[in-house]
Amino acid sequence: MTKSSASQFIVVGERTNITGSPKFAKALKAGDWPACLAIARQQVESGANVLDINVDEALIDGEATMVRFLNFIAAEPEICKVPIMLDSSKWTVLEAGLRCIQGKGIVNSISLKDGEAEFLRRGRLLLRYGAAAVVMAFDENGQAATRDEKVRICTRAYRLLVDRLQFPPEDIIFDPNILTVATGIEEHNNYAVDFFEAARIIKDTLPGAKISGGVSNVSFSFRGNNPVREAMHTAFLYHGIQAGLDMAILNAGMLGVYDEIEPALRDLVDDVLLNRRPDATDRLIKHAEGLKARDGGASKIELKEDLAWREAPVESRLSHALIKGIDAFVDADTEECRKKYPRPLDIIEGPLMDGMRVVGDLFGAGKMFLPQVVKSARVMKKAVAYLQPFMEEEKKKLVAGGGTAKPQGRIVMATVKGDVHDIGKNIVGVVLACNNYEVIDLGVMVPCDKILATAKEKNADIIGLSGLITPSLDEMTHVAKEMKRTGVNVPLLIGGATTSAAHTAVKIAPEYGEPVVHVLDASRVIGVVSALLSHEQKPAFAADNRTKQEKQRVEFADRRGARKLLSIAEARKRAQPTEWATVDIPRPEFLGTRVFSTADDAERMKDEGRIKNSSDLPNSSFLPLTLNDIADFIDWGPFFSAWELHGRFPEILTDAVVGEEATKLYADAQMMLKQIIAEKRYTAKAVIGFWPANTVGDSVEVYADESRAKVVKAFHFLRQQNEKAAGQFNHCLADFIAPKESGRIDYLGGFAVTAGHGVEEFAKEFEAKHDDYSAIMAKALGDRLAEALAELMHKKAREASGYGKTENLEMKDIIREKYRGIRPAPGYPACPDHTEKPVLFDLLNAEATTGIKLTESNAMFPASSVSGQYFNHPDSKYFAVGKLAKDQIEDYATRKGIPISDSEKWLAPYLDY
Amino acid sequence: MTALSQRQSHAAAELRHLLAQRIVILDGAMGTMIQEHKLSEADFRGDRFKAHPHDLKGNNDLLSLTRPDLIEGIHLAYFEAGADMVETNTFSSTVIAQADYRLEALVPELNTAAAAVALRAALQAEAQDGRRRFVAGAIGPLNRTLSLSPDVNHPDFRAVNWDQVTTAYYEQARALVAGGVDVLLIETIFDTLNAKAAVFAVEQLFDELGARLPVMISVTITDASGRTLSGQTVGAFYNSIRHAHPLSIGINCALGGAQMRPYVEELAGLAECYVSCYPNAGLPNAFGGYDESPAAMAGVLGDFAAQGWLNIVGGCCGSTPAHIAAIVAACSPHKPHVPPADPARKLQLSGLEPLAIA
Repeated sequence: MTKSSASQFIVVGERTNITGSPKFAKALKAGDWPACLAIARQQVESGANVLDINVDEALIDGEATMVRFLNFIAAEPEICKVPIMLDSSKWTVLEAGLRCIQGKGIVNSISLKDGEAEFLRRGRLLLRYGAAAVVMAFDENGQAATRDEKVRICTRAYRLLVDRLQFPPEDIIFDPNILTVATGIEEHNNYAVDFFEAARIIKDTLPGAKISGGVSNVSFSFRGNNPVREAMHTAFLYHGIQAGLDMAILNAGMLGVYDEIEPALRDLVDDVLLNRRPDATDRLIKHAEGLKARDGGASKIELKEDLAWREAPVESRLSHALIKGIDAFVDADTEECRKKYPRPLDIIEGPLMDGMRVVGDLFGAGKMFLPQVVKSARVMKKAVAYLQPFMEEEKKKLVAGGGTAKPQGRIVMATVKGDVHDIGKNIVGVVLACNNYEVIDLGVMVPCDKILATAKEKNADIIGLSGLITPSLDEMTHVAKEMKRTGVNVPLLIGGATTSAAHTAVKIAPEYGEPVVHVLDASRVIGVVSALLSHEQKPAFAADNRTKQEKQRVEFADRRGARKLLSIAEARKRAQPTEWATVDIPRPEFLGTRVFSTADDAERMKDEGRIKNSSDLPNSSFLPLTLNDIADFIDWGPFFSAWELHGRFPEILTDAVVGEEATKLYADAQMMLKQIIAEKRYTAKAVIGFWPANTVGDSVEVYADESRAKVVKAFHFLRQQNEKAAGQFNHCLADFIAPKESGRIDYLGGFAVTAGHGVEEFAKEFEAKHDDYSAIMAKALGDRLAEALAELMHKKAREASGYGKTENLEMKDIIREKYRGIRPAPGYPACPDHTEKPVLFDLLNAEATTGIKLTESNAMFPASSVSGQYFNHPDSKYFAVGKLAKDQIEDYATRKGIPISDSEKWLAPYLDY
Repeated sequence: MTALSQRQSHAAAELRHLLAQRIVILDGAMGTMIQEHKLSEADFRGDRFKAHPHDLKGNNDLLSLTRPDLIEGIHLAYFEAGADMVETNTFSSTVIAQADYRLEALVPELNTAAAAVALRAALQAEAQDGRRRFVAGAIGPLNRTLSLSPDVNHPDFRAVNWDQVTTAYYEQARALVAGGVDVLLIETIFDTLNAKAAVFAVEQLFDELGARLPVMISVTITDASGRTLSGQTVGAFYNSIRHAHPLSIGINCALGGAQMRPYVEELAGLAECYVSCYPNAGLPNAFGGYDESPAAMAGVLGDFAAQGWLNIVGGCCGSTPAHIAAIVAACSPHKPHVPPADPARKLQLSGLEPLAIA
């Protein structure tokens, strides 16, 4: 709109309307009145001349809620300085509201929908309460869509009110229905024109009457594309005001200026609104898609608000900082609070916890995403850290006084013995801490007895176990058994990538009397923990959990009976065949190992000398590597998954729901990555190797040299046993290496890479600064760099094998693994046994060359490490071994020369018996 | 419900006629006049309430029943000082206010009796000089409010609700009308929502009667902020009660005339109806009394009249018949305020502040 018309125009703030504001809906349903009031205040501060209040929701007692909210508002001069628009489809709610406002407000709405008598009755009451009325262009037959219907119904309503009731015409505000355009339905194309023309006629023929409308309706077909929606709203207002629109219900603070809409977009929008050409909708849609791809659908106007929040009272500023995760001002604001509040604790329990409650609610409702929550927690931690010395001082001064914010519950968490993965666990810890639970995080590789001792000593309310690799499942079961044996009677939470509701139900829960709950991801944890710690909710929750787990056990048993597995002999008959006489078997340009390192020359030489002295492996020359080279190979998709933002990269950056957060997260990651590279925070090391090899049965023999006289090592693989459709094969990795009897020499590769040296230290620097967000980011980037290094090394391996030199793939195709060859990792679906890892490590001398250590569960430490085998077979591909029958396990244990029970333990999740 | 008396039926026309000609004089204080008599508990009780289980001293409205002579004397003194209109002694004659004395059941009688006492004084005055006198049924603000919480820790709490307030006002208004008042005066408004409830009740009453009496409305501006106790500015308040189509809108109590000046001026500028003003006799002194002299008070109000802001003028707390006589002298030379003949029709909304949409 233009400046002059804008100054006359009345903005009715819509964010306190439950039907259009999920944030308000959430706060209202939670009875979070401060949050409701904050929304109202924000609308007024953003320039709303009138505040629309709507609490229509099926599960809400509309009358009581309207009264309560209005009463709260009455105590807030900064809000109730503006008139109220009571908005409800229920007359009783409107009337309850009228009984609470001392000002002259507007009722939204009345109409002829329920007939003339009721319309007049309500009109009469409005006269008595002293309120203006929005009159919808609605009658007994429904909503007016065309110009003539709108004018006819409004005229009829006007005459009834003015002639029959002497209703002041200036107190009549017509809403001639703003309907959605550009829906693709031809009849809808003229809706905006109908509105403008009706408004013009109403203003001309019904003296005194005003025109209003809910503008956001008009652009519903462009949901998720805010730039286009805002342009449509701005243009609609511009034309509407020309036609006589006096006021509109919209998000105050999101008003654009017509003249500032990008001209191309403005023309297209005007074409649609003014129905100027038949293809207007298509043209706008096309343009909109382009815009969205460019800007990610993010609002262009919101930036206006930027630092305005700094003007608010300190409590609101803290709350804003927490919700937005802004830590720039937190020390100053906390200090200001400290001067205002009698005790530091009051600040924690007051404004800080209030803010975190909003964060928790928003996250719970899916309105905030994990990276935001973790950033919020960072702000919270910083504020608390700032207050810590003052609380200590206070404690000293008041010997009798003291105390701390009483947590809602205490949770002991650990990554179990043998496992080193903790990103997910740390995220859960942050989410719990955000919600005022005390978290005692024992870290990674925590033995069972330490978990139990801590739980007892600290009087834990809940124990949480995390793990990423399959052996951890067994360890969790062990912990559960020990908890029962030693009488630790608190609920047990299970989480981590390898865990599942089914495994928890079948293997862990039966070992323990108390509730054992599988927590799928961080967003679920608060619901679970709060239910388990609530006396009222716990019995029902535990019963429900038990019922579900019983069902899962039954289903598991049923499936086990129903699934038909082939015998291992039969499965071998259905192996993927290869024409071994003719297939291309490349001979790598080197045999033995090559070592790479990002350490500087001197450091590398030292490593090299040390290893050469302790090793009889040839070819252990150390090659230089840079973090920069590695970073090019990063696959960002899993990075977002680690933060529970799901979608493909780069599309996720423009995703309608998570795009904005994903973009921020990505920017933060890029920044930290630059720092890591520039300051060489991480040292990456890699070892790759190739050896002559042939398959014997389902095992692969690795030879000392091409004479194949001496078997150095053997890898034992597992074969799919599930029944497959005709023409499909029961895969085994051994099928990708030439069998001994083929007479041809084949080559198996192997690698172990790490980017993890320095990750832990870098993360700790952030943790010391109470910055969990950056700490988790540091680890997540370590993981990405390790995976990228694996990709980079695989490329070198393919090049060394010859065929890789001509593959000519773009980076995105490399990341999508569109090349020949695979690099499966022991412990993962194609070869799920982690005990194959020590064999690989021995061959590579990996511990000495890369500094990666294997835990008792064969997890690699540092965690940001990857290892696996290279297969060059042109038809090699990834697959999941799936469920295994006992005959194969027996055969496998015999091949490995270990007790069957050992194999059963390591492969427990895959056993079909 | 009895229909209006013939006298009441004519009151509106007669009052409008008078208002068109000159500034109409309202009476002065009732409460501070009663205090001068230094009445005892026994005086308040009279014979009838000797055995009432609650202290009654200070329940001025009860004197319409136990000392009607005294009340009638005060009314008469104001008429004799030059007042055209007196207010009934019913400031607290609602079930909500009388609950403090456990006299809720007495409410209808308190109001009809007070109206009758005032009417007697008016008739007596008219008999003396033949000039029409008017009785305004005083409807006070209540000691409980609809917009404000008495508990700072629970801002959403209300000690009273809309139905209770409208019921209380309805009962009072109905009894006042039955008692013969010419006008209803909703006054000393410090919470606009209470006033809106009073308007609602009065409109309901008029609907049922099938007849109307003029309604005068008078707000109290608490202090130099220029706002009501419930936070509204004068303009916002006016928009809030405009639907009552009041005969007059004005300001009374809390402030002396001098402090009221800007608000009276503002009101005279925006009101589409007549304008009233009856300030206290200055601000309270160190002992809680009022000591602005008749001459001083009349000087201030005479100036308002000279500015052309006033249609109805009188005194509130601390004013006496001597003040009223001085005000008559100071104001009668001046022409009454003339409300705009054809005000621009605007959508006039309000929160704590007004919002007009042309």
